[in-house]
Amino acid sequence: MENQQQNMTGSWQLNCPVEIPAETDRVTLAHGEGGRLSRKLIQERIVSVLKNECLEVSGDAARLPRIAGSLALTTDSFVVSPLFFPGGDIGSLAVYGTVNDLAVSGARPLWLTLSLIIEEGFPLLILDRVLQSLAEAASSTAVKIVAGDTKVVPRGAVDGLFINTAGVGELTEPVPPGPEFLAEHDELVVSGPIGQHGIAVLAAREELQFDPLPHSDCGSLLKAVEQLRGALGDRICCIRDATRGGVAAVLQEWAESSGLTLSIDERRVPVSPGVRGMSELLGLDPLHIANEGTMLIAVRQGAGHEAVSVLQTLSKTADARVIGIVKARGVAPVTVKRTLGPEQPLHDPLGSPLPRIC
Amino acid sequence: MKYLDEYRDPTAAQMLLDEIRRVSTRCWTLMEVCGGQTHGLLRHGIAAELQGTVELIHGPGCPVCVTDQADIDFACQLAEQPDVIVTSFGDMLRVPGSQGSLLDARTRGGQVRIVYSPLDAVELARKQPGKQVVFFAVGFETTAPATALAVKQAAQYQLDNFSLIVSHVRVQPAMESLVEAPDNRVQAFLAAGHVCTVMGYESYGRFVDRYQLPVVVTGFEPLDLLEGILACVRQLEAGESRLENCYSRAVQGAGNRSARDLVHAIYQISDRRWRGFGRIPAGGLSLQEQWKRFDARVRFSDCGLPVILSTECRSFDVMTGQLKPPDCPHFGKQCNPETPLGAPMVSSEGACAAYYRYAGV
Repeated sequence: MENQQQNMTGSWQLNCPVEIPAETDRVTLAHGEGGRLSRKLIQERIVSVLKNECLEVSGDAARLPRIAGSLALTTDSFVVSPLFFPGGDIGSLAVYGTVNDLAVSGARPLWLTLSLIIEEGFPLLILDRVLQSLAEAASSTAVKIVAGDTKVVPRGAVDGLFINTAGVGELTEPVPPGPEFLAEHDELVVSGPIGQHGIAVLAAREELQFDPLPHSDCGSLLKAVEQLRGALGDRICCIRDATRGGVAAVLQEWAESSGLTLSIDERRVPVSPGVRGMSELLGLDPLHIANEGTMLIAVRQGAGHEAVSVLQTLSKTADARVIGIVKARGVAPVTVKRTLGPEQPLHDPLGSPLPRIC
Repeated sequence: MKYLDEYRDPTAAQMLLDEIRRVSTRCWTLMEVCGGQTHGLLRHGIAAELQGTVELIHGPGCPVCVTDQADIDFACQLAEQPDVIVTSFGDMLRVPGSQGSLLDARTRGGQVRIVYSPLDAVELARKQPGKQVVFFAVGFETTAPATALAVKQAAQYQLDNFSLIVSHVRVQPAMESLVEAPDNRVQAFLAAGHVCTVMGYESYGRFVDRYQLPVVVTGFEPLDLLEGILACVRQLEAGESRLENCYSRAVQGAGNRSARDLVHAIYQISDRRWRGFGRIPAGGLSLQEQWKRFDARVRFSDCGLPVILSTECRSFDVMTGQLKPPDCPHFGKQCNPETPLGAPMVSSEGACAAYYRYAGV
């Protein structure tokens, strides 16, 4: 409750790049009551920005065309604080997060649903800004927002704005078989510098002064995944976007699913100087920090460098690297070789909690 | 990265390791005082590399680990009071008290917030005049200047809703109590670089004279640690006991005068209970009489529930160098970072956490 109160007076006003006039229009409880104001809010501010042929305002469900392949379905909720951070905002995050989940699962993203839970008193100007960003992200990834819901809750019941998106995609062959099918000697590739999102959000939230300010990697992985799958086909075993818990959490999950040991070399993992400096200062390990546009890919033996070459042709994944290898199960499920010293176990993130990072 | 990579250079580290092995004629027992150093030694594999040449005993220099459990219980109790917000560094949140940790108190509805600076807690008190904001001031002399500044600011703003649970501890009295213990095995000390950055190292002169043990002011990066160890070994091999500064890029003899002055203006030296150690004479800092109005223990009454100590946790033996964490029967089993028996398993400077995180494969 306390946190919410503080943020109500602070975060969206302090961290939002839009100047908010004192006498601005704000969301009221009436906007969520289903009457004229609700319809006005949905029509004029939401549908007008997101419009597409599948988005039917009057119906209770979207009617979607038949498609040939099998379906993939995913859902994610977004509660990031602050709503705007260097490199992104809750709107773009809500689209890219779900699009990336579909893409790394082997699907072509088609349709999204969008649920907004808005706190009473939330400035409409900021809502417009979030929706604009959301629409741009949807358009850039060619997904359509086809259904949605809006709720307004009393002050303090949420912190500004929470968003849920669900996404449907069409699976395209060959679908990566998944981490249960990892094999010894498979190679581990990371698509770009890690830890950017978590550090950017943390720096924005705590108003930490860093020069240059770390930017979130918040963005679509769709193109990179498409190119990679096109080039490597069935030599890809599994792909995962390394969100909460960072690269370490993905490695742990894969090690658990496969029963093998995943071993990485810290010296090969790309980390920007800003993220590295801030991690050192705060006692964090970049391997544990969240990403929102960076993925881990496991490919068959010998395919690692080809994967890196393909990724490096795209600007977003120009820093892709082979960072490790899959081995027979040793003492620890995941190990890391650091600059100095012996190979060490890499645990799930512990210690300093970084809540509400996405 | 400047000031980092050059102190982690593998070739230079190897040369120092070789030199330490070359000059040692027997296995010496050193204590690194600070938990940050313990983590450096394990993270970079130095402790393992020197096995048989130098035995490193991990010292009590983890302030979170030695914070008296009664203070943690008091903080939890305050957090659950209506209109009180307890603020703390993130490290303290998971340390178990008698009725769970501050994190548990928060789950029960208590108001607990992580801050990165005590000044953020002052800011919070200004923004929320209807709330009492309590900052849990833990740490050695390293963090004391920042909490002293917080008191000064709170006084300037005439805040009557800001207070501290003062749990500051002083490093040197703890070293004295370790050396005076009948079973002491420590032959030389790597003194904690960050504490010396603030307080200087001149005061160690008396310690060296009195106990005839080498004390080497040491930093935290691999090359800093190796240079500190080498300096200790050289002194021991030569039969010397001197005070030496191997962290001169950060530490001056007199320390940081303005930070020291700030500490001296707000705090006074007092006896303090250390978790596991008991009362250490002159082992802590407390607010001077004129600042007592900012003392949470003056502002709020402690309901005085009995402190229930874990009978299983062997952290005292770990912190005094009697027991290596992996030799504890509970290490990694009953006691792990999710369900810690004691503070050293969850503090970022705790020795048990260092072994759990970095123990070789």
